[in-house]
Amino acid sequence: MLLLNASGCLDALTAPDTARQLDGFVTKTVTPLPRGGNPPVRIAETEVGMLNSIGLANPGRDRFLAETLPRLRELGLPLWVSVGGFSAQDYAETCALLEDVTVELNLSCPNVDEAPEPAAEIVAACREATELPLYAKLSPAAWDIAEVARAVEAAGADGLSLVNTIRGLALDARTLQPVLGCAVGGYSGPALRPIALAAVFACRQVTDLPIVGMGGVSTGRDALDLVAAGATAVALGTVCFSDPDAPARVRAELAAELRDRGYASADDACGAGHASQVELESSTAKSPAK
Amino acid sequence: MSKRELLGVEAAEPVGPYTLLRVERGGLDPGVPGQFFMLEAPGRLLPRPMSLCLAPPGELAFLIDPIGPGTQAICTAEKLHVYGPLGNGFRLDVAQPLLVGGGIGIAPLPYLSAALGRPPAVLGFRTGRHAEAAGLVPNAEVAIEPTLVTELIEPGFDVFACGPEPMLDAVAELCPGAQLAWEAPMACGYGACYGCAVEIDGAWKRLCVEGPVLVAA
Repeated sequence: MLLLNASGCLDALTAPDTARQLDGFVTKTVTPLPRGGNPPVRIAETEVGMLNSIGLANPGRDRFLAETLPRLRELGLPLWVSVGGFSAQDYAETCALLEDVTVELNLSCPNVDEAPEPAAEIVAACREATELPLYAKLSPAAWDIAEVARAVEAAGADGLSLVNTIRGLALDARTLQPVLGCAVGGYSGPALRPIALAAVFACRQVTDLPIVGMGGVSTGRDALDLVAAGATAVALGTVCFSDPDAPARVRAELAAELRDRGYASADDACGAGHASQVELESSTAKSPAK
Repeated sequence: MSKRELLGVEAAEPVGPYTLLRVERGGLDPGVPGQFFMLEAPGRLLPRPMSLCLAPPGELAFLIDPIGPGTQAICTAEKLHVYGPLGNGFRLDVAQPLLVGGGIGIAPLPYLSAALGRPPAVLGFRTGRHAEAAGLVPNAEVAIEPTLVTELIEPGFDVFACGPEPMLDAVAELCPGAQLAWEAPMACGYGACYGCAVEIDGAWKRLCVEGPVLVAA
């Protein structure tokens, strides 16, 4: 099973030792033009999570390809490039310029205006532009995320990244004004974990695509939960901020959890959380009331 | 080389409204003045960046203003995860050092003063109670509002400054070439989160990896 970082939660160039403890490094989202990002304040801790309003700060596609990507390649890790944009064409043009990476389409940043096209249309445009593996990163705010998963699979996605942050707000205790410069931000950390689990669980019921599960993972047990819900890979997000040693720790904890429960590997445990649902479905199918 | 360790808190001493937190040093390097450490209290999601205030043998000491739940949790913890030293500190090879501090921004100055051989310092505070922290900095002249610390700066010095943004802006205007230690909320301290990025002279800089000490243009 792959252990990755969540996009925007690690810079492999400033923390190469942390990055090397992962099976692959996911870049911060790249957009066609450079972006300074959102005005400060950009970070706020809440009782059970954190809000960020970074706003896709990045050097833009041209500088990323000319300067950042070659330096990342020197680390010798499999690279995942998170691609963002403000139209399907933006995404597709960046995809066409990439080689020898996995592409994660950031279809769900809560801190910037979204492209007008639905996720599936963006995936279809990118599918035409590249043969690279395409992962669609979806928002947990979708009412029926399984439906979105089905649509992006039909449009040619090779995998799903579940989930992005969800929009949240914090008010200053004294002034009652928003803490963040843009008022709202993306909510992550432990509070996102049950939401991510539900998204992975729902999508696993409708697709066999690989799923990178992420959202509030800070221990091996958290990672095992995502695997049991159906994730084939796990990414670490907010925990990387406080603990640069998290990748090695979570990997060791997950191995111990799997061993204690008698699983030969994470692949062996993938989807284990669906067993009772299968029984439930077959028993309701037999029920005369149905 | 920065490292992260779980370290015991040896003392939490009140200094006016602030807390001087003495933490065991463990295997951590104190770094150079102006560098910082991420302090994480049990039960909190994110650490807080704190510059090193004093480095007695076997100890790392931090001056903290416990103004919110995060800093209060740090000041009352028995053990803390401490990660550092991080960022770029002050350049010490100057002829006529003058330390300029404002409020809790005096935190890195005691350690800097020791490294520079106790140069003169000018410190500004909101109230007399806050000014009790001036006792940590040798050879300090103190201004209390409405007097501003910038009124105490004489020309001809190599200025090192740390304090609130308006103070740093004023120092930058008065003293081109001054070394300014900036502050911003940050989640990680090592370049990952982009929470501490600030726009300075048209360019975005992550204070944790390109600062926190920047030279005034």
